[in-house]
Amino acid sequence: MTKDRDAMSKSKRSPIAKKGPSRRALLKAGGALLGGAAGAGAFTGFPTIWAQEIKDIELRHAGVSYSVVKAIGDQASKDLGFKVTMQNLDTTAAINRFITQPDSVDIADVEGWQSKLATKRGILQGIEVKKIKEFDNILPIFTKGELEGHKIPRQGISPYEAMYIAKPTDTELHEGVTDWMTFLPQVYNADSIGYRPDLVGHEVTEWKELIDPKFKGKAAILDVPAIGIMDAALCFESAGLITYGNKGNMTKKEIDFTSDKLIELKKSGHFRATWTTFDQSVQLMAAGEVIIQSMWSPAVAAVRVKGIPCIYAPVNVKNGKEGYRGWCNGMALMKHLSGKKLDAAYEYLNWYLSGWQGAFVSRYGYYSPTPSTAKKFMTDTEWAYWYEGKPAPGPISDPYGVPMEKAGAMRDGGSFVKRVTNISCWNTLMDEAAYMNKRWNDFKVA
Amino acid sequence: MAAREGDFGWIYISPLMLVLVPFFVAPLLVVIAASFLQSDGFGGIIVNPTLQNYVDIFSSGLTFNLYLETVKFTILTWLFALIIGFWVAYFLVFHVRSPLLAIGLFLLCTVPFWTSNIIRMISWIPLLGKEGLINMSLIRLGIVHEPLEFLLFSSFSVVVAYVHQLTIFMIVPIFNAMARIDKRVVEAALDAGASRFEIMSLIVLPLSKNGIALGSIFVVSIVMGDFFVIKVMSGGGSASVVGALYEDVGVLQYPSAAASAVVLTIVVTMLITAILRTVDVRKELTR
Repeated sequence: MTKDRDAMSKSKRSPIAKKGPSRRALLKAGGALLGGAAGAGAFTGFPTIWAQEIKDIELRHAGVSYSVVKAIGDQASKDLGFKVTMQNLDTTAAINRFITQPDSVDIADVEGWQSKLATKRGILQGIEVKKIKEFDNILPIFTKGELEGHKIPRQGISPYEAMYIAKPTDTELHEGVTDWMTFLPQVYNADSIGYRPDLVGHEVTEWKELIDPKFKGKAAILDVPAIGIMDAALCFESAGLITYGNKGNMTKKEIDFTSDKLIELKKSGHFRATWTTFDQSVQLMAAGEVIIQSMWSPAVAAVRVKGIPCIYAPVNVKNGKEGYRGWCNGMALMKHLSGKKLDAAYEYLNWYLSGWQGAFVSRYGYYSPTPSTAKKFMTDTEWAYWYEGKPAPGPISDPYGVPMEKAGAMRDGGSFVKRVTNISCWNTLMDEAAYMNKRWNDFKVA
Repeated sequence: MAAREGDFGWIYISPLMLVLVPFFVAPLLVVIAASFLQSDGFGGIIVNPTLQNYVDIFSSGLTFNLYLETVKFTILTWLFALIIGFWVAYFLVFHVRSPLLAIGLFLLCTVPFWTSNIIRMISWIPLLGKEGLINMSLIRLGIVHEPLEFLLFSSFSVVVAYVHQLTIFMIVPIFNAMARIDKRVVEAALDAGASRFEIMSLIVLPLSKNGIALGSIFVVSIVMGDFFVIKVMSGGGSASVVGALYEDVGVLQYPSAAASAVVLTIVVTMLITAILRTVDVRKELTR
């Protein structure tokens, strides 16, 4: 049966037989890799036979558009010899699909908090640490919860916190390093405020600027309740109105304070709008509707590409306040994966950390969990600009080759280490999420 | 013999039942069942019957505010769609002499609807924005000095988008009803000395009542069940019943979302029943 299908797919492919050699070469390379892996005890079975059969495999990788990117899937298909299909959904639709139709997805792209949730539901299988070739090169932010001696804060759900389980079938997270991961970090960043320097008139380094009355009617905030309320909390804490026990897991009282304050601001006409998608935030800023808003890094870049000045505020931690809101997306293996498909999934995870993808996401302002491999796929100019925070030695382009910055430009917020060590909280799902949602809707309808 | 007729009756409705039962009745029953259960907070449902979801809905001021907001948009949209739809239909039926031209103009009304309603909504944004076409023109003409902010991300822009999207649903049934009015009745009234106002209130309005009712059903049920236009056009400044329900789904609170959905279904059903009280749709459709 399999042979028949092979023959069929071969005859179908015949018009593009010219591609044969390169595909063959790739398969060979894949085989060699596999051989190496098998030698290391990662795979059982016979690599050459495996290489013959993988081309019928299709992996469905589903998640949000900024994390699950078609160009990356296309490159993976090319490099690996089997098909990877990227499917995009918004955050809500994604987690709902993983939970209600787990068999319709092979690789779930999850944030730390979603990984915690999916693990609890028992829809994932543990990722075996020793099968991940670059595991030792993954930054200790994720594997140990620290970076260069700096403890990564645990407000919200930090990737480290959601990363380990004790046994492959466990449904409870485990504190501390084990042999089994819930998800493999693949892309992350530190979020803050975007603003128009020409209209704001001074440098912004504190969240409280977002709620400053002088920007009345010209400010916007992110309308994804779980994240939006943390941005608001960062503002109120920065303004000295309240100190939270844990911004990422507020008590009912803290939720009430935060939403009442938001309602007060809304009633005074402070917010011009709220936004839910990347494009909306770009439009709001580019069309002059707002001059300061919580924003994502590539959105700031997209405004700048239009020739409109826009800065991503460096909100470094000071006096126990401020700091970036961090997020991290990773890949989780669905429980139903087995046999060759599971092997292919591991091959895909390893490909992700091998550098091409890391370099790709770095070019729009996100980071790779294994910068050492991403570096190999980046030019010195790109590395200096995106990771080292140095003035760009040459012009900088986005992942699709569109020019973004001229030589001499410097990344807002500085180097990778400086930005990441200033993360003060992580995207989350609070224990009181249902209550928080109700209060957020009170804010919306006020 | 009688039994056999009964059998035939089932065959007549079975195609409809084959669609309705699996795609409407069954999902609705699932939603109703879920609305009486509990969430474990992680997307799971605990089978432990409770009325808590409904108690929460009816004891929360949020529910009242959400319905107030949604009903406000429904009434405004309905009103403007009715005024515009009625006069467009009236013009086409009573003022355009050639039936061919009337049909042509009627089809012209549908042209904007060849594009997606999302595109039609989004295209208002560059028009109404602070630096949009209208504000820039007004400023250049010296009529205003500061851009008018109420034009976009406001209740105004929500209603504009809804009316633009839904007026056609008013035009079609009203046009249909008016086209059936016997022109000789109007002529007779004129001969008998009736004024324009009397013709309108005594002949045209009563005879197009069915069309108005059908159009109202479309508009009311669409606006009540929508959240996207409100979300985008109000710039996230307003919420809606369905929008809030969707946020519940976002944090995997399925039972409370299900309860909200059941309440909304009942409210919309009641509204439509009230509209149907005013007309006999069956008579209208079989006439």
